[in-house]
Amino acid sequence: MTTITYSMTDTAAMLRRVLTHMLRNPFVTLLTILGTPIILLLLMYNLFGGAVESGGTARLSTAYIDYITPGIILITAIYGTGTAALRVNSDMAQGIIARFRSMSISRASVLQGHVFGSAIATLISISVIIGLAFLMGFQPTANLLEWIAALALIFLYVMAIMWLAVGIGVASKSLEAANSVLYLLYILPFFSSAFVPTALMTPVVALIAENQPFTPIIDTLRALLIGTPSGDRAGIAVAWCIGFMVVGYLLARTAYNRNSNR
Amino acid sequence: MMIDVKGLRKSYKNNVVLDGINLHVAEGSIFSLLGPNGAGKTTTVQILSTLIRADSGEVRIAGHDLNREPEAVRAIIGLTGQFAAVDQVLTGEENMMLMVTLRHLNPSDGRRRVTELVERFDLADAVKKPVSTYSGGMRRKLDLAMGLIGNPRLVFLDEPTTGLDPRSRQTMWQLIMELAASGVTIFLTTQYLEEADRLANRIAVLDKGRLVAEGSPADLKRLISGGHVELQFADLAALEKVAQSFGDAVRDDNALALRVPNDGSIKDMRNLLDQLDAVSVPVTGMTLHTPDLDDVFFALTGKSDQKEVIQ
Repeated sequence: MTTITYSMTDTAAMLRRVLTHMLRNPFVTLLTILGTPIILLLLMYNLFGGAVESGGTARLSTAYIDYITPGIILITAIYGTGTAALRVNSDMAQGIIARFRSMSISRASVLQGHVFGSAIATLISISVIIGLAFLMGFQPTANLLEWIAALALIFLYVMAIMWLAVGIGVASKSLEAANSVLYLLYILPFFSSAFVPTALMTPVVALIAENQPFTPIIDTLRALLIGTPSGDRAGIAVAWCIGFMVVGYLLARTAYNRNSNR
Repeated sequence: MMIDVKGLRKSYKNNVVLDGINLHVAEGSIFSLLGPNGAGKTTTVQILSTLIRADSGEVRIAGHDLNREPEAVRAIIGLTGQFAAVDQVLTGEENMMLMVTLRHLNPSDGRRRVTELVERFDLADAVKKPVSTYSGGMRRKLDLAMGLIGNPRLVFLDEPTTGLDPRSRQTMWQLIMELAASGVTIFLTTQYLEEADRLANRIAVLDKGRLVAEGSPADLKRLISGGHVELQFADLAALEKVAQSFGDAVRDDNALALRVPNDGSIKDMRNLLDQLDAVSVPVTGMTLHTPDLDDVFFALTGKSDQKEVIQ
């Protein structure tokens, strides 16, 4: 076999290991990702849905469930990021990682296993959220092409943010340190166009919302799924995703190799 | 030569962990690095097994330069850590099959190898259970078994029996001796003189990052003054009387004890008892002390390392 097939075998073995860990407690795995997004979806819809629709349908030009679903999809991925980072962080403390380092295997395989495993768990969680949104009356207007584009964007975004998660997980010295970095990720979506259009925000909050990564990604996804305007920011959305991926990858690789030979 | 080390140095900030050590380990032998906690044993293993980089020094393993050909080194070594290098969540079997995949063995050969190791290491009852349910001894056995899956030519055992109960320690020793008999070179670290003595062909004594002695177990024991018998007495008069007839004994008046040099052999013991009979003084207690790591350090460095040895 060649080096490339070896490294694919290594990554597949590491992915299987991560998935086996998750499957030991499948419901806990999914609930830690899904818990908060489900509550947010129900809460936002029932608490503010009526008010926003009656007061500002003109500005929203869409049903509230249609408006918030793309944001909830992104938030689900953020919670996937959190569990991924914490899983990687505690995994790095396991003795078996030292064994992996002393073996003739592809160095990146351990990290890739975590990225792919967590991405799978997160994509499953996102499917559950989309299903729930449909039950609550979500009516996307996307045609086949737009659906494909939307799913591609979700996939790119999830992969990007998982590399970031693994980077944070490997680089953090402790679970507490990882958690404090993740906290920033958790609150960022609340200062985005996820629940309310930026036009309805006070100028300062709107300024933050307009210039942070999640707003263009959410706006692009929303434009693809329910045909709202502001679809012209797809380039910025993709650029942010690639940025996340590059930063996450470099952080993960540097931190993983830091305390070792090469 | 399986391992050839020249002038190995490693420091963490201002703390010198290894201060220029030289090691030569012959192929097929058991080599033991003996020393107390903090001597630099684990650091040495981590460098030789490619986990961390030395500050300076030259290392060749099976002829491969450690810095230039790390992959060639990794392909022939197996590592068993002080903190079992196993996956706690997976079962024993899943752990071993993971090694089969990562060693790039073909699955049927790999499965045969796993079955063979499970049998040899007596793990059959536990192999389907998650490792988190294993006892310390079983975890070490699994750890060692995993290290052997790719048929390594050189196995690193970092304190393989630390924290094990006496029975598990015996089992581990047996497995290590069988492994060496099959031709595998073993690099073993330990803080127990008895362990190094039982297993190793050659022993190097490491103290604060320097090698203070190297040789066969017999060479080392020649350096140690030997053991002693401690005799207890009811009163000072009795101690006095016996002390007079044993010229080379050391008195401890406060403890009412007398330390008489003795190598623990039947012949030495019989002489001692005969001498005691001759003075006919009642002895209230008697204990035999065999030489231990502390005696080695005392003999080699002239200072006791009692505090570091007993943890």
